[in-house]
Amino acid sequence: MSAGVSVTAMPAQNRGWQRDLIGIAVILIAAMAGYFLFPDNLALLTRMIAIMLLVLSLDLVTGYCGVATLGHAALFGSGAYAAGIAAAHFGITEPITMIAIGAVGGALAGLISGIVILRGHGLAQLVLSIAIIHLFHEAANKASQYTGGSDGLSGISPDPILGVFEFDLWGRTAYVFGIVLLLLVFILLRILVRSPFGMLCRGIRQDPIRVSAMGASVKLTLIKMYVISGLVAGVGGAFNAVSTQVVGLDSLSFTNSAEALVMLVLGGVGSLYGALIGTIAFVWIEDLVSAANPFHWLTIVGALLIAVVLFAPKGLYGTAATLVERYRRGGK
Amino acid sequence: MTALFEVDHLQKAFGGLNVTRDVSLALGKGDRVALIGPNGAGKTTFVNLVTGHLRPDSGQVLMGGEDISRFNPMRRVRAGLVRSFQVTRLFAEMTPEEHVALAILQRQGKSGRMAGSFQAMPDVMRETYEILETLNLTALGRVPVSEIAYGQQRLLEIALALALRPKVLLLDEPAAGVPHSDTFLIENALAQLPADLAVLMIDHDMDLVFRFAKRVIVLAAGEIIFDGLPVDATNDVRVREAYLGGYANGSAA
Ligand SMILES: Nc1ncnc2c1ncn2[C@@H]1O[C@H](COP(=O)(O)OP(=O)(O)OP(=O)(O)O)[C@@H](O)[C@H]1O
Ligand SMILES: [Mg+2]
Repeated sequence: MSAGVSVTAMPAQNRGWQRDLIGIAVILIAAMAGYFLFPDNLALLTRMIAIMLLVLSLDLVTGYCGVATLGHAALFGSGAYAAGIAAAHFGITEPITMIAIGAVGGALAGLISGIVILRGHGLAQLVLSIAIIHLFHEAANKASQYTGGSDGLSGISPDPILGVFEFDLWGRTAYVFGIVLLLLVFILLRILVRSPFGMLCRGIRQDPIRVSAMGASVKLTLIKMYVISGLVAGVGGAFNAVSTQVVGLDSLSFTNSAEALVMLVLGGVGSLYGALIGTIAFVWIEDLVSAANPFHWLTIVGALLIAVVLFAPKGLYGTAATLVERYRRGGK
Repeated sequence: MTALFEVDHLQKAFGGLNVTRDVSLALGKGDRVALIGPNGAGKTTFVNLVTGHLRPDSGQVLMGGEDISRFNPMRRVRAGLVRSFQVTRLFAEMTPEEHVALAILQRQGKSGRMAGSFQAMPDVMRETYEILETLNLTALGRVPVSEIAYGQQRLLEIALALALRPKVLLLDEPAAGVPHSDTFLIENALAQLPADLAVLMIDHDMDLVFRFAKRVIVLAAGEIIFDGLPVDATNDVRVREAYLGGYANGSAA
């Protein structure tokens, strides 16, 4: 029997990429719907895209690797400041270059955060992550010569993209640029999470001791993922700088980090779709509620979170996916 | 000649409790050794010390003459020292196929690849299913581990060890929790281990031990009290005492 397995015993390759094509199509359709249905709200939708990149980035370390962090905006903010400073102080205003600089800034912040945060486990990890975001925030505040301190960094005026597409008053160019970036990142991340490296990360989340008993380095793998996460958050931050043309200290804040985590939990931890859906839901509800009743916004967020954690612990996407799966199995 | 695997005067105490007392042993290529002893004798602790999951108070571990005492668990695995766990440690949400493939990829140095999928690598897939087939797990290849029976999870635990192609394999009670009707699968797997692999197996099932081992080491209260042929172990006075003492204490408690 052991001399070799007949090919029939070996199941065929999963057709995961077909699902991905559907996912990409859905994102594109949603993007177009947003563009045509809410032409006056493109700024909000554009901000949503930047935050989506932050939440996707957080999902990589929290959802896929199981690292608890309340300091993830450090990566996003570093990307934003890197791109903003490059434009405002060094005259690098070509948007794609700015995004690349933001990615590098985010990756560096990811490396530093990763090295510090991964020294702890559980609660200690969480505390270290809070320390990190406060240190980054304070550093940006102190370096006001470059960052503008609490006044924020302005004077960022990006060139037309590829020398052709100028950033317009209605934010159409920024929106389309954002969608293109988001799709690119999304496709790359789908490839990443399905790769051997992605599988190793999922293994680490479920049992790091087993992973080390396989001869893999838990620490090194997590730090690599932190750097990748930094690239993604950095792109998000840089895109925010390019599209809003300012960078504020709030991009490096604890609140921003915590909200990103809430969005991820809301949408569903450990799934890229969950990250996207959680962001849309949160930002959209925030916009609705704060327009109707700015004082009760936080109350609503609290109630919403409790409801999700109690009744849909896998988040909106995770719960829906489970229901669909159960329905399918029942149908067979 | 240096031994393939050697443990030299290993000591470990938890608080005041000496769990490992001056343990020394050596394994050579192809050895089939059983490590037995009453509950709490320190067998699992010994494995943890050797694989780097616990730090000994003193003593050395050597592979092919090289001192690996300062290596972390990961580096010891890479040196060819692989273990299984007494209580299954698996990835609940992942499938047996993914488990075994990940171990193979890790062994081949491909687990850091950031693109592609193991399902598109014919050699990895073939080896994965060869190993799963050996342990009768093929049909469960794509079922998440959380949904398969504990006995079969035990088999997967062995599959993972096989996939790493160790030089020295330490099996901590591979048959614990496996339904009696399925222990033959474990024995089959053990019988198919590469001939030059050195295996140290811990188990309480004496029938299994006697069929498998050419040599038996008995550990009692952290100390090796016997190292020799299986037939001699049953007649050894100290071994009998250790077991009887253990049972006597057990019934007194
Ligand atoms: N981390 C620890 N801290 C304190 N005491 C421990 C620890 N691990 C094990 N012990 C103690 O060391 C002794 C040996 O335990 P060990 O698990 O090695 O026994 P064992 O021979 O594997 O037993 P079993 O046959 O039940 O698996 C026991 O008395 C146990 O309570
Ligand atoms: Mg034990």
